[in-house]
Amino acid sequence: MEIPYTVAVRPDTGLNNGKIGIWLFLASEVMLFGALFASYVMLRVGAESWPPGATYLSIPLAAFNTVVLISSSVTMVLAWASAVRRDFGRFRLFMGITILCGLVFLVVKYFEYTAKFHHGYFPSTNTFLAIYFTLTGLHGLHVVGGMAVNSWLWGPGARMWKVDPVHFTNRVENAGLFWHLVDLVWIFLFPVLYLL
Amino acid sequence: MGLETTVAHYGATHDAHHEELGFWRKYVFSTDHKVIGIWYAMTGLLFLLFGFGLMMLMRWQLAYPGRALPIIGALFGEARMPGGSMLPEFYNELGAMHGTIMVFMGVVPLAVGGFGNFVLPLQIGAPDMAFPRINMASYWSYFVGGCVMLASFFVPGGAAQSGWTSYSPLAVIAGSGQTWWLFGMVFLITSSLLGSINFIATTIQLRAPGLGFFRLPFFVWAQLVTSFLLLLAFPPLEGAAILQLMDRLAKTSFFLPSGLVVSGQALAVSGGGSPILWQHLFWFLAHPEVYVLILPALGIVAEIVANNTRRPLFGYRPMVYSVIFVGFMSFIVWAHHMFITGMGTTMAAFFQTTTMIISIPSVVILSCLFISLWGGSIRFTTPMLFALGFLPMFGIGGLTGLPLGLTATDIHLHDTYYVIGHFHYVVAPGTLLALFAGVYHWFPKATGRFMNEALGKLHFWGSFVFMNVIFMPMLLMGLAGVSRRLYDGGASYAHAQHVLPWNEVSSIGAWCLALFQLPFIVNFFWSMFRGRRVGDNPWEATTLEWAAPSPPPHGNFPRPVQAHRDPYEYSVPGAAKDHLPQWEPVGQPVRA
Repeated sequence: MEIPYTVAVRPDTGLNNGKIGIWLFLASEVMLFGALFASYVMLRVGAESWPPGATYLSIPLAAFNTVVLISSSVTMVLAWASAVRRDFGRFRLFMGITILCGLVFLVVKYFEYTAKFHHGYFPSTNTFLAIYFTLTGLHGLHVVGGMAVNSWLWGPGARMWKVDPVHFTNRVENAGLFWHLVDLVWIFLFPVLYLL
Repeated sequence: MGLETTVAHYGATHDAHHEELGFWRKYVFSTDHKVIGIWYAMTGLLFLLFGFGLMMLMRWQLAYPGRALPIIGALFGEARMPGGSMLPEFYNELGAMHGTIMVFMGVVPLAVGGFGNFVLPLQIGAPDMAFPRINMASYWSYFVGGCVMLASFFVPGGAAQSGWTSYSPLAVIAGSGQTWWLFGMVFLITSSLLGSINFIATTIQLRAPGLGFFRLPFFVWAQLVTSFLLLLAFPPLEGAAILQLMDRLAKTSFFLPSGLVVSGQALAVSGGGSPILWQHLFWFLAHPEVYVLILPALGIVAEIVANNTRRPLFGYRPMVYSVIFVGFMSFIVWAHHMFITGMGTTMAAFFQTTTMIISIPSVVILSCLFISLWGGSIRFTTPMLFALGFLPMFGIGGLTGLPLGLTATDIHLHDTYYVIGHFHYVVAPGTLLALFAGVYHWFPKATGRFMNEALGKLHFWGSFVFMNVIFMPMLLMGLAGVSRRLYDGGASYAHAQHVLPWNEVSSIGAWCLALFQLPFIVNFFWSMFRGRRVGDNPWEATTLEWAAPSPPPHGNFPRPVQAHRDPYEYSVPGAAKDHLPQWEPVGQPVRA
């Protein structure tokens, strides 16, 4: 049994099922991070004192990570655009770079975390570090999730390319939408935690 | 056709180029929305029974504080009921888990997972959900979450004891059962997230040709709005659960204020957190959740009322606009649960106003359903009796909510038995009666057999009477000032003495209610194998699910369906019969 509009676009809505699904999922993600950002605001407003981010955190490392993540969003778009133009080789190349950028981000994050632990800074130290570890940790999990999907599309999932390139391109687009959200969340996290 | 053959019928693959599915894929890890819906409904019903069982234990302690419970009491061991009399910790465990199980594992899975999954794709003429595999994942995530919750009874210290609301700091310093509760919630939240994405995408994308949004049955609208609530309100609770897990496991202080003293000892935490933050995050979910509990019930009742009065719903469009407005407003009323937390009068005034506003569309929907009865030739079938029982009960539930939504009266009523009475009127004689109505109404579609009418009516009258016997005394006790969550039901409070006898009345009502569920259980299984066989459209209904065979095969409709008219064309003047189904083309000879 075929589910209608899995690949084709439904004429009166102008969308296929996957596109609606991913946008709804992103809406829920916005609510998840929105709630945590709101918690940050409420905790900070209620706190007697709040340390500037630079007291504990390294702005240059985070700035580097910001550049890495934004670049990965660009390569993600290029990967999708290559798939649209039916250029599988370039798709693989750009998707590979996207995955590598995610990996670089996580490695830098790993060094940031271990440096904190070496200095004796833990989530239990104070509320600033608690929200820092919670928000960046949850964001890190999203990076891992996005990389898992991207790697699958780069590797075993790419078998679909031969059978149904349109469907495969849709999947790349949806994975890209998620990846951009992960990027966007970081673009909020960076100033909120490190700069303000 | 019995259950096995029924389910086998669902699993049967009619596509020539699909190989026959094996046992596990057919019955257990099925992607068919009907099988998943039945799984959801059966699991939900079992959890409802289990949660009700917990409550019956509590009612013993409330009616006869400290007295040993004969026979059954010995089963729970010395750690929970030494000598058969209940310990306060066990009472708290029962209370917290009763709420959690009824709301998150009973009513919502039955109302949304069960009815939504089974009925919604059929009503819009779709072959299945938009994402069948995600649908399966949704059920199994719910199943795992339920298992985690059940397993938490057996960890050292027992299950969660901080109420279904898990208020901090109490829940942060509680035993390990609370951690299990939080992990269980993460699975349940994931389940409803996956389900709600599926419901919305299905409704938008898979409507049959001709089925515009204003030709959707009201049930579909109710499920659509419910799905948006689940999609957008649950993530903040997930965020809150993450923060509480951090508090418990990583020793952070999100919800722990500075200078907290527990059992005479200052707590060694960094402090600086906010207990009210938990309440905001929790109620941001839990108020929309109230509408998640009630909207599907309204949808079910609307279908049954139209079908059994043999006339169109009064005010279909105002009802649709109202349900959308209710959904929107439900996101900005949450702090009316927190009037006495000290959040300030400006906030309280705002939330009091929005609370009064949200009652208007709810009343519009209820009034439309009442007016729909006027002039109808009502068939008093079992589903219709349950639906008719729902209307005044939901009315009482809604009206008793108004004094809680006004700050001045809430100061007296907050955290009393009045609150318990109020929301149980909404959810038990309200939603549960509607859900039973739905079971009786769609049972023929799911199994190809009617349920027994005599047993059904016995079930209805017993449930209807004894639900009121249980909950009306709670309103009276609450007005007298008896607080909720008291281990002895108020026996140690002077001001509660003159209303204490009501505790026993309420408890006896609960046990009688249990007796009157037996006809339902017998009826359910007996009818599955021995009930009277039905055709495609036994209730002479008009919506698309009745165009499919009973039970519908895999893929639902042997021939593609199309919607030619509005959903409730009953008793159209000049028509040959009293109902014109949506799938019958216009322009065919309708005059006799």
